[in-house]
Amino acid sequence: MKSLKRHYALMILGAVLLLLPLVLPNNYYYDIAIRMAINAIIVLGLNLLIGFAGQISLGHAGFVGIGAYASAILPTYFGWHPILAMAAGSAIASAIAAIVARPIFRLKGHYLAMATLGLGMIIAMVIKNEGTYTGGPDGMSVAALGLMGFEISGEKQWYWVLAATLVFSFWAARNLIDSPFGRALRALHGSEVASQVMGVDVVRYKVAIFVLSAFFASLMGSVTAHYIGFVTPNIADFFHSIELVTMVVIGGMASIYGSLIGAVLLTALPQALSTFEGWETVAFGSILMLSMIFMPKGLVPTLAARFRRNERDDL
Amino acid sequence: MLSQFLQFLFSGITVGATYALAALGFTLIYNASNVINFAQGEFIMLGGMLAFFFMQSGLPLPLALLLAIAIPALVGILLEKLAIEPARDAEVVTLIIITIGASLVIRGLIQIWLGKGAHSYPAFSGSEPIQIGGATLLPQSLWVLGTTALVVVALWYFFSRTLAGKAILATSCNRQAAELVGINTQWVLLVSFALSAALGAIGGVLLTPITLTSYDVGIMLGLKGFVAAVVGGLGSGLGAVVGGLLVGIIEAMAAGYISSAYKDAIPFILILFILFFMPRGLFGAQVTERV
Repeated sequence: MKSLKRHYALMILGAVLLLLPLVLPNNYYYDIAIRMAINAIIVLGLNLLIGFAGQISLGHAGFVGIGAYASAILPTYFGWHPILAMAAGSAIASAIAAIVARPIFRLKGHYLAMATLGLGMIIAMVIKNEGTYTGGPDGMSVAALGLMGFEISGEKQWYWVLAATLVFSFWAARNLIDSPFGRALRALHGSEVASQVMGVDVVRYKVAIFVLSAFFASLMGSVTAHYIGFVTPNIADFFHSIELVTMVVIGGMASIYGSLIGAVLLTALPQALSTFEGWETVAFGSILMLSMIFMPKGLVPTLAARFRRNERDDL
Repeated sequence: MLSQFLQFLFSGITVGATYALAALGFTLIYNASNVINFAQGEFIMLGGMLAFFFMQSGLPLPLALLLAIAIPALVGILLEKLAIEPARDAEVVTLIIITIGASLVIRGLIQIWLGKGAHSYPAFSGSEPIQIGGATLLPQSLWVLGTTALVVVALWYFFSRTLAGKAILATSCNRQAAELVGINTQWVLLVSFALSAALGAIGGVLLTPITLTSYDVGIMLGLKGFVAAVVGGLGSGLGAVVGGLLVGIIEAMAAGYISSAYKDAIPFILILFILFFMPRGLFGAQVTERV
């Protein structure tokens, strides 16, 4: 019973993704849906790190940037196949994450925030400064993503690719969290010392989840680069890192579907605010503050708690 | 050779003093509330932009400067009262996002009000450079250094000799115990935010004639102030000052001798190295975690 219930949400997600094209009026809306899906997958990985393992990363956009620029640079200058470039980007991002993870995860709280922020800043500045390969602040164009003679192009094709990837990611994340690995992560969030006493290799788990989330961020960076066909250093900057963390927190830490909701809301928000002409930043900042003040636990956990309370009242 | 070194040193110390003020601001708020205030950089920006605005509207220098420091202090109080206090018990990430939201609001409002352009105003006492050992030192740099030194001494006096300062220290040591001996911790929080905003604004007011200001300078200055606070060890006042100067000097040296393109990256490389080897910064307290 429980295992079936576990998959309800996944089935609903699949159904929504299948039916969505019926109501999407034009390519503009497809575009937004695609961006939402990309963000949702990055945020899912980040939520495993922040929500489940309880570690902050304020530099995750750096990993997105590595993937995006690997997919831009390697095919353009070195003639690599895009799939190979994508794999290389993810490998580089994972390697960097693995190398810095051990010293970084000795740190806690704000020191950890500082270190990850610094890492992200450094990656962003390398991208901005190495203009010979990256095109500097102006960015560069990216070749199309082809696989065995078939080329993904147009919003509709990308939509299906990302819809499938999204469902797969949520299924994988769900299983990961219910595995011994996931239980170890949650134990670690609850109390590091207690989980250590129970025999959980705390550092190894933190490193593993950091590498995993960096891998996904880089992969989605590559996808973004191929989808848009152009990359700029903005993809790796501090503000993007903050956006990603905000999606995690607004949706709800340690909530898988919170990641989805957070990504959907915060991707749509700038589009909705573009009518404010000049007041976008103020509006965006106010919404961040208000939602965090009134729902410090994020949307999904807050609503879930309310539902549960109502159910109990009914009984 | 030496003149070049001196030149880099002077510019490093000048900027470093501003980082030190920002770092002290981070430290104050961190000690009082355990919050890292990511809007700290916006107070530096506010100081410079408001001073520009008031001088342009014809106010005399001292009055313009006073307002440019008092208004950010007020903003700091509002930030604490309206945004931090209601979310007291939230997690670290949540509080970080609240302060980032606040920084966006402040930055956005200034952009709408004063535009996107870069602004400056004349130095306080002329701009005739002083020659020292072949290097030049701007009189404004002396203002920056002198004021910073004064502020540090005043803060030291406040925290070690006055009842109010000791109340703040007590609160940062143990909030509950402080409340039990009758300290109004609510008040302590307000004072810390006001003081820390004023410190940032002082830095901005002093530095603007040298480096210009615009609505978006706060991000980088704030982050580097955070680096400085962490270099010294979060929570340590001495650490904040040393960290600020150290970050400023190393940044200027590296920009001069190694690569000016990577000037902004240097503080972050520095902090990674320091944290790798000293996870609590240079002056951070060794604490044992209680379980």
